[in-house]
Amino acid sequence: MTSIGTGYDLSASTYSPDGRIFQVEYANKAVENSGTAIGLRAKDGIVLAVEKLVHSKLLVPGANRRIQTVDRHIGLATAGLLADGRHLSNRARDEASSYRENYHSPPPLKTIADRLGLYVQAYTLYSSVRPFGISTILGAVDKDGPSLYVVEPSGVFFGYNGAAVGKGRQLAKTELEKLKLSELSTREAAIEAARIIYLVHEDVKEKEFELEMSWIGEETNGVHLPVPKELMEEAEAKAKAALENFD
Amino acid sequence: MDHFPTNWGRPRNDAYDAYGTYPIAQRPLNSPNDAFTVGIQHTQQPIVTGTSVLAIKYKDGIMMAADNLASYGSLARFKDVQRLHPVGNHTVIGAGGDMSDFQHIQTVLDELMIEEFSAQDGHNLGPAEIHEYLAQVMYARRSKMNPLWNALLVGGLKDGKRFLAFVDLLGTTYSASTLATGYGSHIAQPLLRTAVEGKEDTLTEEDALKIIEQSMKVLYYRDARSINKYQVATITASGTSISESRHLETAWSFAEGIRGYGAQTQ
Repeated sequence: MTSIGTGYDLSASTYSPDGRIFQVEYANKAVENSGTAIGLRAKDGIVLAVEKLVHSKLLVPGANRRIQTVDRHIGLATAGLLADGRHLSNRARDEASSYRENYHSPPPLKTIADRLGLYVQAYTLYSSVRPFGISTILGAVDKDGPSLYVVEPSGVFFGYNGAAVGKGRQLAKTELEKLKLSELSTREAAIEAARIIYLVHEDVKEKEFELEMSWIGEETNGVHLPVPKELMEEAEAKAKAALENFD
Repeated sequence: MDHFPTNWGRPRNDAYDAYGTYPIAQRPLNSPNDAFTVGIQHTQQPIVTGTSVLAIKYKDGIMMAADNLASYGSLARFKDVQRLHPVGNHTVIGAGGDMSDFQHIQTVLDELMIEEFSAQDGHNLGPAEIHEYLAQVMYARRSKMNPLWNALLVGGLKDGKRFLAFVDLLGTTYSASTLATGYGSHIAQPLLRTAVEGKEDTLTEEDALKIIEQSMKVLYYRDARSINKYQVATITASGTSISESRHLETAWSFAEGIRGYGAQTQ
């Protein structure tokens, strides 16, 4: 980032001489400052998990959710600016509902990811707006089975088997790579997801955090729901136990 | 204020003939004259229609029934139409009247339920909320002179409370322990009242089913827009369930003696 202060970083509508758009890169910095979010594409479903950093003890537990529901079968987790995440999830809901209105069928995740990609990219084109300070993990079980996408601040989106964004993404990715995701049941994936979130938090360890986790799979009838309390407790207990052994 | 009585009730445009100087016959067309606004179609009559829906309260919840016929005028056009529709986990709606309007209502409710679900705020809509919403939609549409041509029953059970109410194309609502729409409100409602009123908390599912079956049978004998194939929905604490199509056993031998129906004897 030696080119900072050269004047090319003030607007998202101007390239630097070496062909970069600094505002988009700064948006990625905003994502890196945020608690980790991961997504797992298991054998028959999807798990989303977020390390939600709690910046004040005065906050009501469960406040400021970072996992949103877009449609019955679509979930969305964000890392980065909280408000941007809420704005983008609203947009995703509109896209999903408009797809339903036009085609009278549940939207495939690919279509929603594509539309959100276009929307996010439009915010890299104008000097009057700033790019989204979030990376978004989208998960769904649609007619083609489970699918997982990540939309970045630049507007690009890719499909993944396992995705990690935010502060601890590097470690999370190496942990995800060790898993045989395509052989894991959604329930097993939830336990792994909790373990990974606890692990990456341990690595940075600063503030308190809350684990936020949702899933879509056979056990939820293809509906995006928060992971039930009993499984949450089991996963957290196992995650803590794994940390003990890890040390 | 337009002081020219001949202009009253007509669209006016101050740019032309502000003082109403033209004779009525030559008065300029002040209404919007683009093809699209003129082309707005309002529902003036139902086309493909369903007949009665019946519903009663019983010990465990609500039981609702409707036959599988969608008529095209007096023609029995579609014989496998489901007129009972679950909304969420606590509610079933049943519709008489225009079937395309009913399909539209299903779409609108689905959209509503998804919106509420996405909020993930720990609340979900029960029968009372869905009925209130439908009543607002029906009244708003009749106020636009473009009603959704249906009579709907909304039945459900949530948090241990039974709910059964009616709403129609005018936005009229009422509630009772037995309800019926259309022809059923004339023929079946008195039967249902005798059988159910005062016994809402003691009737078993079996009893309720007998009452419903008997009333559907009477309706099939009397209502020329009905068919002997129907479905029954129950909404109980364990959720909603809509049965497979059932068949009504009827005997028509008595009809042979009716002049104009059986073989002509004179």
